[in-house]
Amino acid sequence: MTEEMKVKKTYAEINAKIKKGEAVVVTAEEMIDIVDKEGAVGAAKKVDVVTTGTYGPMCSSGAFLNFGHCKPKMKVQKAWLNDVSAYAGLAAVDLYIGVTEIPEDDPANKVYPGKFLYGGGHVIEDLVAGKDVRMKALSYGTDCYPRRELESLINLEGLNECYLFNPRNAYQNYNCAVNLSTKMIYTYMGGLRPKAGNANYCSAGQLSPLLNDPYYRTIGVGTRIFIGGGVGYVVAPGTQHNPSVKRGENGVVRAPAGTIATYGDLRGMHTRYIKGISMQGYGTTLALGIGVPIPILNEEMAQATGVSDEQIVTQIVDYGVDYPQGIAKSYGEVNYKELKSGKIMIDGKEVKTASLSSYPMAVEIAETLKDWILKGDFLLGEPQDLLPSADSGVSFKPLKERM
Amino acid sequence: MAAKKVLLRFSSSLISKPIVYRLIKDFDLTFNILKATIRPDEEGEMVLEISGNGENYKKGIAFLKESGVEVLDTEKKITKDEERCYQCSACTGVCPSGAISIDRKTMWVSFDPEKCIVCELCVGTCPSRAMQVRIK
Repeated sequence: MTEEMKVKKTYAEINAKIKKGEAVVVTAEEMIDIVDKEGAVGAAKKVDVVTTGTYGPMCSSGAFLNFGHCKPKMKVQKAWLNDVSAYAGLAAVDLYIGVTEIPEDDPANKVYPGKFLYGGGHVIEDLVAGKDVRMKALSYGTDCYPRRELESLINLEGLNECYLFNPRNAYQNYNCAVNLSTKMIYTYMGGLRPKAGNANYCSAGQLSPLLNDPYYRTIGVGTRIFIGGGVGYVVAPGTQHNPSVKRGENGVVRAPAGTIATYGDLRGMHTRYIKGISMQGYGTTLALGIGVPIPILNEEMAQATGVSDEQIVTQIVDYGVDYPQGIAKSYGEVNYKELKSGKIMIDGKEVKTASLSSYPMAVEIAETLKDWILKGDFLLGEPQDLLPSADSGVSFKPLKERM
Repeated sequence: MAAKKVLLRFSSSLISKPIVYRLIKDFDLTFNILKATIRPDEEGEMVLEISGNGENYKKGIAFLKESGVEVLDTEKKITKDEERCYQCSACTGVCPSGAISIDRKTMWVSFDPEKCIVCELCVGTCPSRAMQVRIK
């Protein structure tokens, strides 16, 4: 940002307007027309906050919970929630349940393709729904924590703390997946028919949070967000955050790039926005809704949030051979307007497209967040640190295997 | 008579016999084969949409039962649990019959049970397991 901005607003000024009920808030979908008609400077003068939304599978998610001490006390070493293993290598009664964990007795892919009907994501959904979850725990016993076995029902009301702590959410753009092999495959991008029989994508495109702030000028540690129907925060750059991918002239990344780590209390969430889900032949995960407000601090942010599906492209990637073998190759670029039309052309052939990310729910989340801000219930959190941007040198390293 | 959907189950001993064609020949019924599968243990399953004279329909069904075909009045159908569906559209990529459609403006996914041929492809595809097989 070397050139002088014509419009300058601070977080404090925007929050003061929100408190007085005077802030102008629109969704990222509505912002497209405003920037189109009034230009970036005009839009920046008019609009204070643009709300974004996304709702899709977010595998790198999980919940910390503290279930309270039993009598006699126990330092839990191994634990299961509805037979799904939870990580217990923490203080006595703290656990972490990851969304892709499956029950010990799940047949997985032994009967191919596996159904994966229940897993960590479903445990978290059950907790949000207020249902009882059966906890089993084992330990070796110590002088201060003598108990070795425990079985009890637990629920959200009885827990001390229970919050999502997700290492990687809200991917900034994602691959368009096809299968160029000759057999049907089942992936985290859904079932893919042989010889590019179908193409699956997974992004809210023009509504997606990080695609509306391509250089992470406003999204960072401390940004207050909508998460799972409640309020949470961005707590760190997400794992595999990769700001160094190629970008278009508009600065928008042309492949999967930035990510955020998030936090949100399960109390206050609603199962409409957080669901355990099953990817046939792959495993369980969590469908989660996230909405991020973007303050229009200047015309650069107005321009960025005015981005439309047509101006966002992604790469067609083969999950039949290339992806599993770690071969980075693109079979062409497509934009989200094309993907949302239901068909794209690959190598002269028409291929049907489907999305794993929910556009209608992304709209609903952006609208809900807009309402919260308009009512004065939700103030913007000024980030204490921004995410590493394109000039940071941060990139995504593959493993160098060594002995 | 309006077209009626029935689910037929053939035991392995019936697989080699020409039975279904007699619905046309002897009972003047017409049908669409919506789905036909033979399982690894050689049990066969077929979903037919049958239309024709009401009286002939009854006789035809009676003939199938006499021949040893299991005729399920309780037709299998696919239902959509609107609470579980989160409108992702994964099912739209696999539905062969046009029962699942999408409004391209809003990306809202709709399911029309009338057009469904009970192929069940959407059932395994749906991440939230909103598409379910039900016995009517």
